[in-house]
Amino acid sequence: MALNNQNVELGRSEAPSELLRELVAHLRQNRTQLREEWVVRITETRLLTAMTKEEIFAEATSVYDSYVEALETEAFEALQAYARNLSERIIPRGVETHEVVGIVLLLRDVLARSLFAKYQNDFKKLNRILDAYEPAANRIANTVAVGFVQERERVIRQQQEAIRELSTPVLQVRERLLILPIIGVIDPQRARQLTEQLLRGIRTNRAKVVVIDITGVAAMDVTVANHLVQTVEASRLLGATVIVTGLSPEIAQTLVTIGVDLGKMNTVGDLQGGIEQAERLLGYKVERLAEPR
Amino acid sequence: MEVPILKQGAVLIATFQAALSDADLNQLRIGLVQQVVRFRSRAVIVDVTAMDVMDSFASRTLREISHMIRLRGAETVIVGIQPEVAFAMVQLGLTLEGVATALDLEEGLAYLNEKFKTTN
Repeated sequence: MALNNQNVELGRSEAPSELLRELVAHLRQNRTQLREEWVVRITETRLLTAMTKEEIFAEATSVYDSYVEALETEAFEALQAYARNLSERIIPRGVETHEVVGIVLLLRDVLARSLFAKYQNDFKKLNRILDAYEPAANRIANTVAVGFVQERERVIRQQQEAIRELSTPVLQVRERLLILPIIGVIDPQRARQLTEQLLRGIRTNRAKVVVIDITGVAAMDVTVANHLVQTVEASRLLGATVIVTGLSPEIAQTLVTIGVDLGKMNTVGDLQGGIEQAERLLGYKVERLAEPR
Repeated sequence: MEVPILKQGAVLIATFQAALSDADLNQLRIGLVQQVVRFRSRAVIVDVTAMDVMDSFASRTLREISHMIRLRGAETVIVGIQPEVAFAMVQLGLTLEGVATALDLEEGLAYLNEKFKTTN
């Protein structure tokens, strides 16, 4: 209680903005030395190992200046924009969240140390300066960390979207015959999406036969393999026959391990064979009319 | 709500409504099994297009219907299962093995016509 009263009193005698101004002046004055110290601490703690010393120094300079500016103006928009910009540049180089948070906290420590050193003879003044400094510094650290994380999430979202767009098309190659070529790794989410797409495709194209080609899938885990079997069964409920082609030995092994009922799975070695069988099922007969020219 | 059973040539057609109680389903089963012999029908089509949810009782009844119909000398085709319903059923292990399925009523009739042609 007593401490609180004291704070209020001190606040009256000297406005926090006054203290902040003094603080900013101090940080400007010792810019070179403090920045130097900060960079040393960053290298010591082995943060930002993905960047060269010169790069760290260059970034440190601009971060330091934005930091001091944010302290001075108490406006965080510029810092926010800078943090986003910085994140955009360093995320592709593999800089992790803990590193960004780490360096901001280091700067906070370095500056606090310098304040301790400067005001060590005037304990009351030190207290007041820290009262002004700490909330602002915390807010800066927060702003930078949040900016970084947001940028990261944006990148991740973008990549997920790209993957989803690359994800498999359902193609009609003949009337009532669909082909679903699957390439790459299938995780449960993609598997679910594929199934939805396929079942909807069967309905809209009124397909009777579907060829799922998994030549481009090297391996699948038990969950996804089960999902594939379920997709085949669900397609049958919609009245479509599924032919699976291009099973790799590993996938064949997985399917045997989970004990797939082979009576339900129609498999053919390669895509060509699958399409030929589908044509037979649909009553097509493909004939060559002349030798290729 | 009782399910109407329509006679179309040698085929009986039963169309499910969205909300069917277990009692309705039981009644449908009894009705179909009786009428398939009375009308000397060769096949039964059960249209479930309107059902956007299918519980385990409904799909078990569907399987029972088709097996009983077969014992009475006719064939069953389930038509119009919605994509979402199909996948949900499979995940619950309700795959209606041994029961013919088709995309919609038209497909079901086409399938049966084809079949009648070959057996005649």
